[in-house]
Amino acid sequence: MIENVDLTLVDWSRAQFALTAIYHWLFVPLTLGLSFLIAIMETIYVRTGREEWKRLTRFWMTLFGINFAIGVATGIILEFEFGTNWSSYSWFVGDIFGAPLAIEGILAFFLESTFIAVMFFGWNKVGKKFHLASTWLVAVGANLSALWILVANAWMQNPVGMIFNPETARNEMINFWEVLFNPVAVDKFLHTISSGFLLASMFVLGISAWYLLKKREEWLAKRSILIAAIFGLFSALLVAYTGDTSARTLAKVQPVKFAAFEALYDGKEDAGLVMAGFLKDSDNRIGQNNIKDFVFRIEIPGFLSVMTGGNRDTWVAGIKDLVNGNPEQGLLAVREKMERGNLAKDLLLDYKRARSVNDTKHIETLKEIFRDKDFIDSYFRYFGYASLGRPEDAIPNVPIAFYSFHLMVILGFFFILVFALALYYLFRDSLTRHRWFLWIALFSIPLPYIAGELGWVLAEMGRQPWIIQDLMAVNTAVTQIDPGAVKTTFILFAVMFTVLLFTEISIMIRQIKIGPKH
Amino acid sequence: MKSVFSFVTRIFLFYYDGFSNMSWWGKRVWIIILIKLFIMFAILKVFFFPDFLSKKYDNDTQRSEYVMDQLLNSSNEHD
Repeated sequence: MIENVDLTLVDWSRAQFALTAIYHWLFVPLTLGLSFLIAIMETIYVRTGREEWKRLTRFWMTLFGINFAIGVATGIILEFEFGTNWSSYSWFVGDIFGAPLAIEGILAFFLESTFIAVMFFGWNKVGKKFHLASTWLVAVGANLSALWILVANAWMQNPVGMIFNPETARNEMINFWEVLFNPVAVDKFLHTISSGFLLASMFVLGISAWYLLKKREEWLAKRSILIAAIFGLFSALLVAYTGDTSARTLAKVQPVKFAAFEALYDGKEDAGLVMAGFLKDSDNRIGQNNIKDFVFRIEIPGFLSVMTGGNRDTWVAGIKDLVNGNPEQGLLAVREKMERGNLAKDLLLDYKRARSVNDTKHIETLKEIFRDKDFIDSYFRYFGYASLGRPEDAIPNVPIAFYSFHLMVILGFFFILVFALALYYLFRDSLTRHRWFLWIALFSIPLPYIAGELGWVLAEMGRQPWIIQDLMAVNTAVTQIDPGAVKTTFILFAVMFTVLLFTEISIMIRQIKIGPKH
Repeated sequence: MKSVFSFVTRIFLFYYDGFSNMSWWGKRVWIIILIKLFIMFAILKVFFFPDFLSKKYDNDTQRSEYVMDQLLNSSNEHD
């Protein structure tokens, strides 16, 4: 019974994973983006031969090195947690997680580790072109490493390319390319790395603005702003584009998440896109859940339908349609999905009984059913619904999804404006006269970090109650261990990561104050 | 054979020289990396993060039995 699951354990396990993932993501995106910025700067140095560009490259490389070193291996803790706190999940996902993570480990270790050594130790020891190639390989390697973990995460959002084996209680990959080119994986990879490029560009822009405010290193600061603003503007536009394509994909594969982040309860044609709004509880309910109403909203009429289907006539599903079903639109009710999930679960129970009495004929028959495409598409795909207590349990936290999405989007447009203004003032040679803008650029450094974390909050909280969309609920996935141990490690991680973060910030500030070596 | 030895020596000297002439921040971050890895692998992994299924069960059959029970027992009022 789902009521028997210790919610304290589930909540602490989730909190622990969220804490480590959030801290891990403070280190990763700067590595993804700054590596490319450095590669661009070094390319200019190699092509022009001007020593100032080498000095500039080495300065940003120092900050890259500090971030890389402090952040390296923080992701391994997430893998520890999979084995200890989420053992049923880890077993259930089988080799679908194992293969991408193994490739990620090999890439991260061999490609990054080897060429990072050349990047830092190789100045004046290897040829200019070999050094430049190493820098580019570090950038490509870092981003390819991210690809594999994002492929694994995308599978959790949209499980494809696998078949469930009742003998082992594991999913087995049957089509690697379907897993790799999962539409969620493609969108997620492009959206995530471009957000890393954006973050690094804002980092370079903000620190360079600080030098201009202090009337130091003007040449370095202006050249850095030029590179960062161009790369940042390109990245911010790419983030907006990939965000749009991600939303279209979500509307198809995770429609409840899509409806939740727009707080859309009633499906309709000509649906408006909410630009900003504030939610409150209403008296209406879906089951035992309060429906949220808007206190106010600013909306672009019809635009959500246009975004989703290309025209205003497109019907966009609301949360009520997705929970209660809508036969006209071909939507199954959650209760029907629960019945189908229960049927799949009953077959698994049947399989277990057949195995215990060694009824080989029945075992083979059941195995065939689990391999049957119609059974997979009509029943097994709803396996997770068997663990829901009530249909409304399929609804994620609407305010969290709504606010995290909208704040992220608002910040995204702010970044486009900041990079465009930086370029405008730079080309008019009036950057130093607009000190207010330099202050804004400086204080904008944390904002892409916040936007990135909000994106992950939306991705993970918006998927609830699932750990694997429709197949496995979070409550099923958690390991039944002592909640006290999870609380202890939560506190340990909070302390360790906070110390690491403050150490990184203090070493970075020291190096920024020192500035580039002459 | 001689050229292989020479290549290995050059790589060794490359790293040796790199680590010997490391800057202030480089030395600091290497200390942090080593402390962090020690905490993660010698303390957290050993004492707090055993692989639950590997530790509790001897073979994959038992592990799959446990997971199957988890999948079957986490059902709703249908039971």
